[in-house]
Amino acid sequence: MLRLPPFEYQAPNSIAEAVALKAECGDSAMFVSGGTDLFPNMKRRQFTPKILIGLRKLAELRSISLDDSGNGLMIGSGVSLSEVAEHPEILNNFPALAKAASLVSAPQLRNMGTIGGNLCLDTRCNYYNQTFPWRKALGFCLKKPESPMQNDAICWVARSSPKCLAVSSSDCAPVMVALDAEFHLMNPDGKRIVPAGGFYKNDGMDFLNKTPDELLVSIHLPLHEGWKMNYRKLSRRGAIDFPVLGVAVALRLDTSGNCMEARIVLGGVASCPLRAFEAEKLLVGGSLTAEGSLTRIENTAQVAAKLAKPMDNTDMTLGFRKKMVTQFVAETIKEVLK
Amino acid sequence: MSENKDFQAGLTWIGKSWAQVDGLAKAKGETVYADDMFLPRMLFAKMLRSPHPHARIKSIDLTQALKRPGVVAAMTGKDLPIPFGILPVSQDEESLCVDKVRMIGDPVAAVAAIDEETAESALEDIVVEYELLPSVLTIEDGLKSLEETEISKTQIHEYADSGNIHKQVALEFGDIETGFAEADHIREELYYYEGNTHLPIEQHSAVAQHGADGRITLWSSTQTPHYVHRALAKVLEMPASQIRVIATPVGGGFGGKTDPFQHEMVVCKLAMMTGRPVKLTLTREEVFYTHRGRHPVLMWVKAGMKSDGSITALHFRNFLDGGAYGSYGVASTYYTGALQTVTYPIANYKFEAMRVFTNKAPCGPKRGHGTPQPRFALEVLLDKFAEDLELDPAELRLRHLIPDNSKTVNHLTVTTNGLGECIRKVTEASRFQQQRTGSSLGKGFGLGCGSYLSGAGLPVYWNKMPHSGVQIKIDRGGGVTVFCGSTDIGQGSNSVLAGIVAEELGIDIGNIIVVTADTDLTPVDLGSYSSRVTLMTGNAAIDAARPLREKILSAASEVLKIPAEKLMLRNSSVLSKNGSGEPVSFVDAVQWAETKYGMLGSVGSYTPPSHGGKYKGAGVGPSPNYSYSACVAEVTCDPESGIYRVDKLWMAHDIGQAINEKLVIGQVEGSAYMGLSEAMMEEQIYRTGKDNPGGLHKTPSMLDYKSLTALDMPEIETFLVETHDPEGPYGAKEAGQGPLLPIMPAIANAIYNAVGVRVDEVPITPEKIYQGLKELKSGKPGGSGVIGRVGPKKFPKITFPEAIKVKSVDS
Repeated sequence: MLRLPPFEYQAPNSIAEAVALKAECGDSAMFVSGGTDLFPNMKRRQFTPKILIGLRKLAELRSISLDDSGNGLMIGSGVSLSEVAEHPEILNNFPALAKAASLVSAPQLRNMGTIGGNLCLDTRCNYYNQTFPWRKALGFCLKKPESPMQNDAICWVARSSPKCLAVSSSDCAPVMVALDAEFHLMNPDGKRIVPAGGFYKNDGMDFLNKTPDELLVSIHLPLHEGWKMNYRKLSRRGAIDFPVLGVAVALRLDTSGNCMEARIVLGGVASCPLRAFEAEKLLVGGSLTAEGSLTRIENTAQVAAKLAKPMDNTDMTLGFRKKMVTQFVAETIKEVLK
Repeated sequence: MSENKDFQAGLTWIGKSWAQVDGLAKAKGETVYADDMFLPRMLFAKMLRSPHPHARIKSIDLTQALKRPGVVAAMTGKDLPIPFGILPVSQDEESLCVDKVRMIGDPVAAVAAIDEETAESALEDIVVEYELLPSVLTIEDGLKSLEETEISKTQIHEYADSGNIHKQVALEFGDIETGFAEADHIREELYYYEGNTHLPIEQHSAVAQHGADGRITLWSSTQTPHYVHRALAKVLEMPASQIRVIATPVGGGFGGKTDPFQHEMVVCKLAMMTGRPVKLTLTREEVFYTHRGRHPVLMWVKAGMKSDGSITALHFRNFLDGGAYGSYGVASTYYTGALQTVTYPIANYKFEAMRVFTNKAPCGPKRGHGTPQPRFALEVLLDKFAEDLELDPAELRLRHLIPDNSKTVNHLTVTTNGLGECIRKVTEASRFQQQRTGSSLGKGFGLGCGSYLSGAGLPVYWNKMPHSGVQIKIDRGGGVTVFCGSTDIGQGSNSVLAGIVAEELGIDIGNIIVVTADTDLTPVDLGSYSSRVTLMTGNAAIDAARPLREKILSAASEVLKIPAEKLMLRNSSVLSKNGSGEPVSFVDAVQWAETKYGMLGSVGSYTPPSHGGKYKGAGVGPSPNYSYSACVAEVTCDPESGIYRVDKLWMAHDIGQAINEKLVIGQVEGSAYMGLSEAMMEEQIYRTGKDNPGGLHKTPSMLDYKSLTALDMPEIETFLVETHDPEGPYGAKEAGQGPLLPIMPAIANAIYNAVGVRVDEVPITPEKIYQGLKELKSGKPGGSGVIGRVGPKKFPKITFPEAIKVKSVDS
């Protein structure tokens, strides 16, 4: 069996305590909530923290409630993916998020895994997510050199790439960007609020706009009238697969069906969710159900697809994944309009 | 059929459904698997594995590892240098590599420590110096001749037939040219079947103890304790009588635990070195390196057919990518040819094959052993012929069935054949003819068929002893203990043993105690491979039980003063056949019998009939009987993307006679699941080495190695066809492997029916279908020259040795 490396487990009683502890321990500590991604990675030695700061005792992280103004929903980062998938308020107001959460892995892992964990999911690469002996046989990669001293590690996906190309593989992240969510972070100095779109960076190693001391506490989703949304996922099988392509689409339609606002976000094709701003513009203005709309949707999808530059570091061939972006974007838009 | 019904009416257990004798214990977590074992003072072992695909070992330094606190012993290949291997002709494996590593993952040293963590850390202290050698990673490179390569450096094993060609076979039955001359239609095609692995839920695990009496006991998750016993005696240089092998309950094998393995040798040696029990459980990644799974096979087929659909000639050529060791490879090579003739009559048949060594995990026997690859090719080929002849694919097959009690062109004996009935069952239930021609774009129906053997006619090592032995002991209290070397790997062999003995003695299954797979206690059974157990141990169990039944009835006859032939054993009682008189309990009857005869015990055994031919290579293929299967698959495929789902499978299997109906259906559906997973996605593939160390397994985890999940699994409607075969116990045939064979071609044929794309390659992935759809849209053929056909494009040009010519049975 693969064994976990030895670590000390701390279970703070408050968010403040958790954040303070992290600041005190620095890089030798990591937060853990569901552990569904962290523990397998620890077994393969992507991470060997000396201390794990367990968040499961923190009830504040595990609630779903209306915000103070009543205009938005606050989801604690420790809420399980199962609960996100099944919560009536989320199903009613943010069905794309419920769907994305329901498509993560398998029931047992959704019961343990949390929304916060999925949103902060380590980027993935099939050269990186391997055991220590495997990576040693290959030669270590940029994202995880053998030791901090090693300076000849390369990106195995594109050997000349100065930057790591590991893939953002969260199902929920693209949906959060499409829904204009805000992420509430806590650090030893206080609170910070970051829009979902600004939380992710297109760098496989430095992929979150979050300092090591910061903890994602909750996610705020604005409740607005008129938004319709959907999420589609490409993966080889029905369960226990990360997305090799995720498409989140949110459209604000007026009462006569005219598109007032559009957000299209691609997951699984870069180191962060990619928002297709140019494509979105093609959808805004006029009806999307009138004659000729289909062509408009196809054009939109093609423009969105140009953003996707998948690399050969996930399941499925990269050519196929790229080709599928157009079809998936178009189909997701059509599903939203249904 | 009516005869069969009468026959069944007289049976209590056979043909019915009852709970597996060990099922509840497994469900409740009581079953002790190898990794569940904890013995006092037990140590934990780990093996250091090679990071290079091909290299000489210059030195190994264990000094630092031995200094680490908690480490008790460490060893290298020099501590146990005698080679072993499952087949006598390929004794090419070492407990730990001595001079050379042949693949990434080959073990070179082992450590025993007080816990797993310490053992694992100590591996990092071992210093190994390697001299790298060029590696061979493809069939093409493996075929390169001595002149083309620096063979002294690239040759993986010196004993190969030539270069890296491990084994070459060429056989011709009848006259192939005459066959082609008689044909009205000829097709010549290429197919490819990617390698895949067994993926049992339980990893391999073994525990060894060197007792105070000097004997070695090995508990191991193995399908073949008898063969492991033999290999241990050789490697440890100990008499077999001083070694005990116990197969622990196996959490899935599928052929992956059928060889003797390095970790089994290593734990024994470390137990001897330390005087303490030692356990070694492989990690999932190590299971991928241990492998012995499906060979990647590149196939060339030329077939001739008359306008009526009869096959006049089949010329089948293939290359098997064997990986780094022999394993069962020689048998696998023969199996890619031997069973082709059993499904439909083939008038003239030529078969040529080569297995190459490559620096990758060794291939071996996986469910269907050597047969799924050619079966895929031929069933897809038949679908194409049916189109040429404008015949319904089912009709084409039904016209040409092998008659009962006949010989195939390669001298195999078919006793009973239920294929026709299987085809009728699945095509009627799925409304195949109407659906195939009437369904809309994107909806498709496909048919596939197959046949498989119920146990190999010959053992793995040459001998004329029985293949299976059963011993029965009856206690005065009425408990019946059945001893047999057979190994329950989840297929239900323990239940089959219990059911048969319960049937013969007329008692409840709950009174049967089954003791199996322990070389100290149980008579030899060759093991759970080649679908042999139900037929062979079943016949041996009947052989052992009947004399006991006679003794009990004879003793009862004396006491009751009724002639023995008028009595029977039923419902745990002695009854008179005409219903007169009071029943006597089984326990009383047993005590009368023990009074009369002394201790009640008996032995029985089974040796298969010599059904096969006499030519060189005739040893692979013969079997007491053959099972037949048919499958119809329904798919929905998106004509834009090629993404598809399988909506339903209809399965029919000629089981001869079900021993336990529910268990058989489970085996059929389990095969269907495994076959579908192979058909749709499974691939054991390696990095190629252009810009990295080649030979590195691409997906050595259950996350990245894609196999079907419950959500991808369609409904299956299963039919059992009972042909009541004279060779099987109560007429039974195998069920563990045959039903897998029709799945892959059924899917390929259904995809063609749905969207017009031919994928002549397994797995049949959306990416490949998309490629074909693109060609259909553009009207331009891809590399393969045929529009909408995706599959291999090139077949290596190489001269096969001259075929051994064998006369067909008729001529």
